[in-house]
Amino acid sequence: MRTCLVDHVAPSVGRAARTVLERSGVEVVVPRGQTCCAQPAWSAGHPEQARPVARRTLRVFRGEDPVVVPSGSCAAMLRHGYPELFEGTPQQAEARELADRTVELTQLLARHGLRPRAAGRGSVTYHDSCHMLRLLGERESPRSAIAGVEGLELREMEGTEVCCGFGGTFSVGYPEVSGRLGEEKARNAAAADADELVACDLSCLLHIAGRARRTGIPLRVRHLAEVLAE
Amino acid sequence: MSASRRPVSYEDVTGTLRERARDALGDAQLGGNLKGSSSSWAAGRARVGREHPFAEMRERAREIRTGAVRDLPALLDRLQERVEAAGGTVYRAADGAAACDYVVGLARERDARLVAKSKSMATEEIKLNEALEAADLEVVETDLGEWIIQLAKHHPSHIIAPAVHLNRTQVAELFAQEAGASVPDEREALVAHARRRLREVFAAADIGVSGVNLAVADTGTICVVENEGNGRLVTALPRVHVAVMGMERVVADWDDAAHILQLLPMAAIGDDAAGYVNLLTGPRREGESDGPEELHLVIVDGGRSALRGTEFEEILNCIRCGACLYSCPMWRTVGGQAYGSPYSGPIGAVLTPLLEGPSSQSATELPYFSSLCGACHEACPVGIPLHDLLVKARGRVADRRPPAERLGIRVWSALWRTRVGYALTRGAARAGLRLIGRRGWVGRLPGPGSGWTSQRDLPTRWPPR
Repeated sequence: MRTCLVDHVAPSVGRAARTVLERSGVEVVVPRGQTCCAQPAWSAGHPEQARPVARRTLRVFRGEDPVVVPSGSCAAMLRHGYPELFEGTPQQAEARELADRTVELTQLLARHGLRPRAAGRGSVTYHDSCHMLRLLGERESPRSAIAGVEGLELREMEGTEVCCGFGGTFSVGYPEVSGRLGEEKARNAAAADADELVACDLSCLLHIAGRARRTGIPLRVRHLAEVLAE
Repeated sequence: MSASRRPVSYEDVTGTLRERARDALGDAQLGGNLKGSSSSWAAGRARVGREHPFAEMRERAREIRTGAVRDLPALLDRLQERVEAAGGTVYRAADGAAACDYVVGLARERDARLVAKSKSMATEEIKLNEALEAADLEVVETDLGEWIIQLAKHHPSHIIAPAVHLNRTQVAELFAQEAGASVPDEREALVAHARRRLREVFAAADIGVSGVNLAVADTGTICVVENEGNGRLVTALPRVHVAVMGMERVVADWDDAAHILQLLPMAAIGDDAAGYVNLLTGPRREGESDGPEELHLVIVDGGRSALRGTEFEEILNCIRCGACLYSCPMWRTVGGQAYGSPYSGPIGAVLTPLLEGPSSQSATELPYFSSLCGACHEACPVGIPLHDLLVKARGRVADRRPPAERLGIRVWSALWRTRVGYALTRGAARAGLRLIGRRGWVGRLPGPGSGWTSQRDLPTRWPPR
């Protein structure tokens, strides 16, 4: 699954995720007609508007193959949000079945011991995005993916598990508070003295990078998939 | 009244949550105070996590609380029977107004003039101080933090650390105003001053009002947990003790109570024990040398029983430790004052709208003041899925949100449920970014994008350079 944000503003992240998987020996199919996991409407409290969009996702990803998502947040929506969103509807069983097959990109690599043989150098610092960390419960797989790149060093930042303040609609509903948290995250990331900041969620990265630039904090960011695809 | 004046008195909570949050961001002093207290809590919690099987303790606590809420009517009946058997009086109040009327009526009957209080969120919720003061009684908070915010006329900014938003210079100013003489802004001098002033209150008070951390149905025992000893004096010295509890504070027996009492200070202050745990069963008995002549237990419903059996039922499991506040990035950034209600942080953002009703301003604002990061759930010692409840609380008021937002979501849903609609927005986004983003960044977007660019630039090429 490409995810809507990647599709709209950073298609290169989707291509990188594909490269990572193919180099790891995985056959990749990107089903046509996919749109969005529907999390924006779901978390804003509009399940009835989220459902038709999520039904498309259910349809598009029918089958038995694992569904790999280069986003901890969208993966968490499929894994934890869908069973609840479709509870008591005709799609209930299908939603649960899709939830069981869904996995975030680095999780797939870790679970199957896959090595994309990336040519890395220098250093990165990793931001634990909230849904990756607390909904998927995943702290290790991105770190082991980074450790698997020879010549690449992970430099942990202070407060790596603290929210960056993006929060979907929160980022525009309470932009000042969101901005302050983004700035703190950017400062911590810059202070880690790594070459760049990486994460498994493009949404956080857009927010942190945008806030860093606005407040004059020198920071380079990339999606972890892009680093692994080098 | 100016929305930019800080800190905000509860008498003039004005403007929107966003405005109050923005004001709080401008207060560097506040930011420093919050950062300091949250970090020391986090260090304590980390230690507790290393030294105790916190995950198992949490699971057991969740079972205890879920069971208590399930059996609530029977437990309350039993509690009432046991309190009365021990010589106490029980009043079940349907709402805050009824509870206040009862306490005011009692104070009048006993010819009371001075009421000493120990810390209680339930009385903050039902606005008991205002009711007593309106009946010409003098009310003095004796918990140090509560006394400070009483002098400042602030809402508590934290469930267990109500004055955490103020520093000692600000406290010294408040004390000086009250005393009519200057008070040095040193920790020991401030505490000594408070002790001297409050001792007079304990000795002279006609009625002591306390909260209740837990009530044990089996024995009719009220547990009051505190760190300053003021709770012991408030519940022992005055002739009449009134204990006010939200109806869900009850647990079945001492096995359950002991577990929660052990977990509470761990979650709340990152410590193995609280300073004082007062266990009170009935008023003074024949032959006892201390304790009040009368004990009145006021059990407040205030909208709680209506939550049983709903998707929000788990909020009744809360033990009021305040851990979700310290863990919350939003609370840590703006403090509890900005929430404009007694309960702040994640628990407040869920609970306040439920208690105040879906048409209140809090209901349409508070649940949205969260990035849904889930740190609150992680911190909660009884495992309440606060981030899920926040989403559900949003759902409850979704039709009261601004028309532009509702229209936006409907249009989004109509477009993205079809391939063509989705291709349209994707094409527009990519073309738009190419068009405006020659230098790789956009600093200002029109319309719906302006919320984004008010605080951040948008990279038009990825990865951004």
